[in-house]
Amino acid sequence: MIRVNSLSKKFNNLLAVDQVSFEVKQGEILGFLGPNGAGKTTTMKMLTCFIPPSSGTAEICGYSILDDPLQVRNQIGYLPESAPSYDEMLVGEFLKFIAEIRGYSGMELKRRVGIVIEKTSLSEVENQMIDTLSKGFRQRTCLAQALLHDPPVLILDEPTDGLDPNQKHEVRSLIKDMSEERTILISTHILEEVDAVCTSAMIIANGRVVGYGTPDELLSQSLYRNSVTVSLKNENPRKLLDDFNQLDFVYSVEHVQDDREDLVTMRLYPKNKESISRKLEEYLYKKNVQLEQFTVERGRLDEVFRQLTTED
Amino acid sequence: MNGFFPILKRELLAYFRSPVAYVFIIIFLVANAGCTFLLGNFYDSQQASLEIFFLFHPWLYLFLVPAVGMRLWAEERRSGTAELLLTFPVRLTSTVFAKFFAGWLFIGISLLLTFPMIWTVHFLGSPDSGPIITGYLGSFLMAGSYLAIASLTSSMTKNQVISFILSVVICLVLVLSGWGVLSETLNTVFPVWFSDLVGQFSFTTHFDAIRRGVVDIRDLIYFISIIVIVLMLNVVVLESHKAS
Repeated sequence: MIRVNSLSKKFNNLLAVDQVSFEVKQGEILGFLGPNGAGKTTTMKMLTCFIPPSSGTAEICGYSILDDPLQVRNQIGYLPESAPSYDEMLVGEFLKFIAEIRGYSGMELKRRVGIVIEKTSLSEVENQMIDTLSKGFRQRTCLAQALLHDPPVLILDEPTDGLDPNQKHEVRSLIKDMSEERTILISTHILEEVDAVCTSAMIIANGRVVGYGTPDELLSQSLYRNSVTVSLKNENPRKLLDDFNQLDFVYSVEHVQDDREDLVTMRLYPKNKESISRKLEEYLYKKNVQLEQFTVERGRLDEVFRQLTTED
Repeated sequence: MNGFFPILKRELLAYFRSPVAYVFIIIFLVANAGCTFLLGNFYDSQQASLEIFFLFHPWLYLFLVPAVGMRLWAEERRSGTAELLLTFPVRLTSTVFAKFFAGWLFIGISLLLTFPMIWTVHFLGSPDSGPIITGYLGSFLMAGSYLAIASLTSSMTKNQVISFILSVVICLVLVLSGWGVLSETLNTVFPVWFSDLVGQFSFTTHFDAIRRGVVDIRDLIYFISIIVIVLMLNVVVLESHKAS
């Protein structure tokens, strides 16, 4: 597991990471969100002992990043941003090299290389020069490298960056599959990713943690939380707006443009962001309208993200 | 020493995977022959020895060894693989020495490929094999010192060209400080012990004795300590890069 205790990093006069604390337990996937330059990569570099923190500390599986960097590195599989690897090597050669560095040899080495090649579906390029690989294969080669020693902790810096939608889906399901017996920290700026794979998410901006919780908890901060969009046929917009505004569970109503002329679409924001779908359904039933669409929103992560990261 | 041999092996392989290695070996062999036979007038010396061959090594290494060492760290930092290499459970000292030894072995292989020179002198006469063996040993040790400096300058920048120029300049100072003309000039201004002291820091001073077949333990210690001290500095530079 990962336990981070008020970790800070100063570059000259720039405070890149400011007193960041969090914890990731086994079986959890923490999504690390933030605008570019927020300090995600810097935090990850400190956790993998690539750069030392200016203050604060962190523990990986009980080993301190300050006192026991070699043990920490044994526990971690790390995929750096931009997935670097040695261009002049063959994929299989590269993985063998990493396995040797990790201390494996003989049959055990072969077995481990074989497992990660299969897991990351690299077998078709095993004998290809890394230099000639597509972005997706490069990313997976570097991911395979991180999995060789079957580490209890995975730190993945933008694992799906530059992949096409199918590859993104593959990598995400791979990460999900591995999560059971592992602790995973992934950084991303793709918000849909958080909802798709993470058990909890942390938003940082200017080096500080500005939001933390399960994806659903973060979504509950959204203005759109539990808002309902309804499209009705053959209704008078002004009349409908008045009617909806009279409802005691509705906080406000917004007339949304619709591309079909015979439809009137309204978005209803509930009081206190409570769920109003049941009440609204009953109301509409009694009102006897021609309902074309009825959508309840969980909230919008991009809006929460903007709200949290552009404050002050 | 976990990780030492895999890193050494990979680095050595990287040399031979790039055309630079073959270009280097060819230039090294041609330059050696050119210096010995054309500049050094090998035949006119009427001696079946490799003294003239080794005489030019400090000058050849001045440009060739920094070319071997410039990529050691600069390339690693440019391509981002440093982040991979330095987050393996391997001590930084092991990594620095492993990369250095790979480059040194590569130079050693190039040096071994000059073996036709040994045939030549055996064909021409019956040379004393002592100075030949010590000459090769001294040359190899000296190349190691150049390479350690090149490795150090390579760790200071992402740019191989800057690394190359820096190490050429540093090595030039270390070659020139033992140059006769310089010590004579120094003698006109400073007392003799001063020019001797400056000369003691030079590659040429220590190499000259070994080249002639005189193996003084102090000369060996000189080269080995240059290598070790400079590589330790290399470790410090890499550590401080990480910190800032």
